Amino acid sequence: MELIVKKAGMLTSVQDLGRWGYQSSGVPVAGAMDLPALRLGNTMVGNPENAAALEVTLMGPEIEIKGGGAAVFAGAELGFSVNGKEVGSWNVVLLNDGDVITFKGPRGKGCRGNLCFAGGIDVVPVMGSRSTYTRAKIGGFEGRALKNGDVVKVGEPSPLWKRTGGFNIPEELRLTQDPEAPLALMTGLQEDAFTEEGKKLLFESEYTITAESDRMGCRLEGPKIGHTEKGADIVSDAIPLGAVQIPGHGMPIIMLADRQTTGGYTKIGVLSPLSIEALVQKMPGNKVRFRKAVVQEGADEQKRIKDAVRRVKELYASYVSRPEVKAAAAAAAPLSTHFRLTVEGKSYDITCEEIS
Amino acid sequence: MSVYIEEPRYLTAGESCVVAEFADEIDRGANDAVMELKRYMTGQSEIPIIECLPTYRSLAVYFDPTVVSADDVVRVARKAPISVKSDAAAAMTEISIPVCYGGEYGPDIANVAEHAGISEEEVIKRHSSRACHCYMIGFMPGFAYLGGMDESIATPRLTNPRTVIKGGSVGIAGKQTGIYPIDSPGGWQLIGRTPLRLFTPEASRPTLIEAGYEVRFVPVSEEEYKKIEAEVAAGTYKPLITEAK
Repeated sequence: MELIVKKAGMLTSVQDLGRWGYQSSGVPVAGAMDLPALRLGNTMVGNPENAAALEVTLMGPEIEIKGGGAAVFAGAELGFSVNGKEVGSWNVVLLNDGDVITFKGPRGKGCRGNLCFAGGIDVVPVMGSRSTYTRAKIGGFEGRALKNGDVVKVGEPSPLWKRTGGFNIPEELRLTQDPEAPLALMTGLQEDAFTEEGKKLLFESEYTITAESDRMGCRLEGPKIGHTEKGADIVSDAIPLGAVQIPGHGMPIIMLADRQTTGGYTKIGVLSPLSIEALVQKMPGNKVRFRKAVVQEGADEQKRIKDAVRRVKELYASYVSRPEVKAAAAAAAPLSTHFRLTVEGKSYDITCEEIS
Repeated sequence: MSVYIEEPRYLTAGESCVVAEFADEIDRGANDAVMELKRYMTGQSEIPIIECLPTYRSLAVYFDPTVVSADDVVRVARKAPISVKSDAAAAMTEISIPVCYGGEYGPDIANVAEHAGISEEEVIKRHSSRACHCYMIGFMPGFAYLGGMDESIATPRLTNPRTVIKGGSVGIAGKQTGIYPIDSPGGWQLIGRTPLRLFTPEASRPTLIEAGYEVRFVPVSEEEYKKIEAEVAAGTYKPLITEAK
């Protein structure tokens, strides 16, 4: 299947779970902003969790389908539609040659999502990842966000993709976060570089997301957080995903997917994974609050995400093997699937047929 | 500011990262300890690790918290035999980086001159008078962290970072000096710019400067800058790299 990009949308780029393993060469991780949604979306169309998808921002693209396949939009409700008919998020839809994907626009509940196709976006991996890091023009589609007229290839889908149409997952497995809830901040790193009053202010005040926010970091505006006599500068060290960095101006910057590998401003702590998911769905002008959290909370959330993905895998397996679809498939034609397996340079052709 | 190689601090960095810190200042011994811990952590097979990121003075260890805990990582890291060596590192490879100082290329050179209480010409002289050691690559692709700059021109970062800085810009942040390899936001005091490409993703060796290099800044005129820039664009420029003993 190929995707003909009629209109690129506001910011549409190829992303997977990120480029890990090259931070010591200064290469940022990048990857999807909403990581849990990408893992769930990929699972819903039978992909490995790390398959590449199109990350859609606020105003989605218009895409004409060449060939056929299956897709799901995993993330905020941005009005995902096929041939003008709204499909919505978290519903798998089958696509036919000539179908046109459009987005009707945001519904005030989040601004990002991942358009996952069965088979994943097929671009050449760079340093082990298909993620786009636009600042250095690394990976993805020519190292940049998509433009009008681009033609993007989709990889070979799971053999059962035709049975995935109509699959959806219950609300609780989508891990959609309450936008009103305060963000869980696991304090640590240079927290002793801030005054007691500053820390109190951070947890008691409301901050506003500024227009300078992007995939690299979310800049906040609000009461100024003061530093102790140690100051706001440190000898540069590592910046984990979700690190809350506070430079000399006293305004927090939350480091996101395209963050630098290292930096020299004091960091008061790191946001929990689901709080990062809540944050990346917010827009400039939206408000955020913080609450103090311990590291165990972040670890528990990672387990919760993993469990949700596992549960979706089980639901997917039941959906594609439900009796009516199996019977219909058997009546139409025996399912036969061809694989080519390469082991140590030798190729084997394998045919699987369903016999019951 | 201190060095605490014998008793490293283990810092909480969220649920998926632990930072082992050996100093809060730039110290060659601490940097050697970081490299030793990195070798140990990447070589051990007791617990799975996603990635180790060495910096001047600390090692960030990234892991999957659904598989191992932060406590496991600290327990294993404590087993690493750290034998700190003296600063007896021999001079190795030296690379020359042409820089056009001041003017539109280095809009903050006046800040640095004022902070040091010297002329802009003297800032250029002191910045290019001695070679700096590359401690690590980080912050962004191909960004070399250099130590050993003349401390008399040390200047704090800008309190309000710029949102866009041109690739090739040479800056000062505290006692550090460095070159922005690609266009990016940042808070360093910019004193000049090099026409060389620090990061070329499609090349077999994507970074121009590597950890361990000695880096020497060579002042050039705007005319020379433009000439080298054209040679770099044409692919005919060969950076001056010398092996020293």
